[in-house]
Amino acid sequence: MNGVHDIGGMHGFGAVQREADEPPFHAAWERRALGVTLAMGATGAWNIDMSRSARESLPPAVILTSSYYEIWVRALESMLLARGLITRDELAAGQVISPPRPLPRVLGADAVDAALARGAPTERPAESMARFAVGDRVRAINQHPSGHTRLPRYVRGRVGTVSLVHGAHVFADRHAVDWPGGFDDRPEWLYTVAFAGAELWGPQAEPGTVVSVDAWEPCLEPA
Amino acid sequence: MPHDHSDGDHSHSHLGEMDVRVRALETLLVAKGYIDPAAVDRLIETYESHVGPHNGARVVARAWADEAYRDWLARDATAAIASLGYSGRQGEHMVAVFNTPDTHHVVVCTLCSCYPWPVLGLPPVWYKSAPYRSRVVREPRRVLAEFGVVLPESTQIRVWDSTAEVRYLVVPMRPAGTEGWNEDRLAALVTRDSMIGTGVAAVP
Repeated sequence: MNGVHDIGGMHGFGAVQREADEPPFHAAWERRALGVTLAMGATGAWNIDMSRSARESLPPAVILTSSYYEIWVRALESMLLARGLITRDELAAGQVISPPRPLPRVLGADAVDAALARGAPTERPAESMARFAVGDRVRAINQHPSGHTRLPRYVRGRVGTVSLVHGAHVFADRHAVDWPGGFDDRPEWLYTVAFAGAELWGPQAEPGTVVSVDAWEPCLEPA
Repeated sequence: MPHDHSDGDHSHSHLGEMDVRVRALETLLVAKGYIDPAAVDRLIETYESHVGPHNGARVVARAWADEAYRDWLARDATAAIASLGYSGRQGEHMVAVFNTPDTHHVVVCTLCSCYPWPVLGLPPVWYKSAPYRSRVVREPRRVLAEFGVVLPESTQIRVWDSTAEVRYLVVPMRPAGTEGWNEDRLAALVTRDSMIGTGVAAVP
């Protein structure tokens, strides 16, 4: 979706504000927001692309005026509500009103270290030959889907060069969509595509800059 | 500047509101049996106390000190990094990029905040902020200069936008005057920002 999360190249956000000796969290609730979000993610009720999609789907004004972990919390609430895992009445009351829904699993404390060390690898056996090779000229397709996509606006329609081939990976744009009976983890070839600064930014490009994105094969065409 | 975040108004009433909101949500999810509060504690402890840029610094120091390791890191960063004990969530597929006098690498996620957690820990607020994400792809040289990294015009700047599940670790150039140093001493020179590309390694 063409949302306010997709901000590569935008003007007007001001200077980068850094903080010396920044702590991992700035409030006690941020700790819990991280922990609760990761614990719910580990249940298998949704995948990381669905989480990203939920965050992007918050109202634009909310995204632009919320802190990072506040966006996480709001998106977590929306996913729990959308899947019927909790109800608005329960959220308002802060207590259980309806029985719980079954989940694929619940993360126990003794399973945390192993779950983090495993992560969620996205590489899968390739189901086809790679269409592109390192050095190929490719164009990022011009597309504006209303759903989740990891192809940022600033490269759409632009021509770059394949600089890495990563193998076949779960295609985030499909993986983010609810699919009957599980997640749609069918892979597509994944490439790093490098664009010259001037191809992206025209006369305002800084000389001697190259920007790359990682793009799946359905988002690329020969150029 | 230290507490001047650009990502919202952190007034006390607002913090109080979020505190109440998150507490209520966690209480509800525990009561529903969806999450184990001890698991939540362990997740927090991991990222607050155990995982951080000191992990990545060990990878870089090893790459500086051991040519065979450097080659492995260049060829298969995921395996080379895992051999030091760092793997998993948000670092499942690692690529190491090496700064040289000709090319300086810098990493961003313009769409959200993708970051190599096993080697760098949780990202700083500025990395997740709109100013960094919007600007570093369009005017990287200017952004780097604001970070104090002023590069010669002859140095190409390569920005890596993390738009899939591949995570990038920048290996900064080894500072002069460190010949013969052991890995512990070298690791102390490797800053978090030097591994994002918004800094360079400290000079002894």
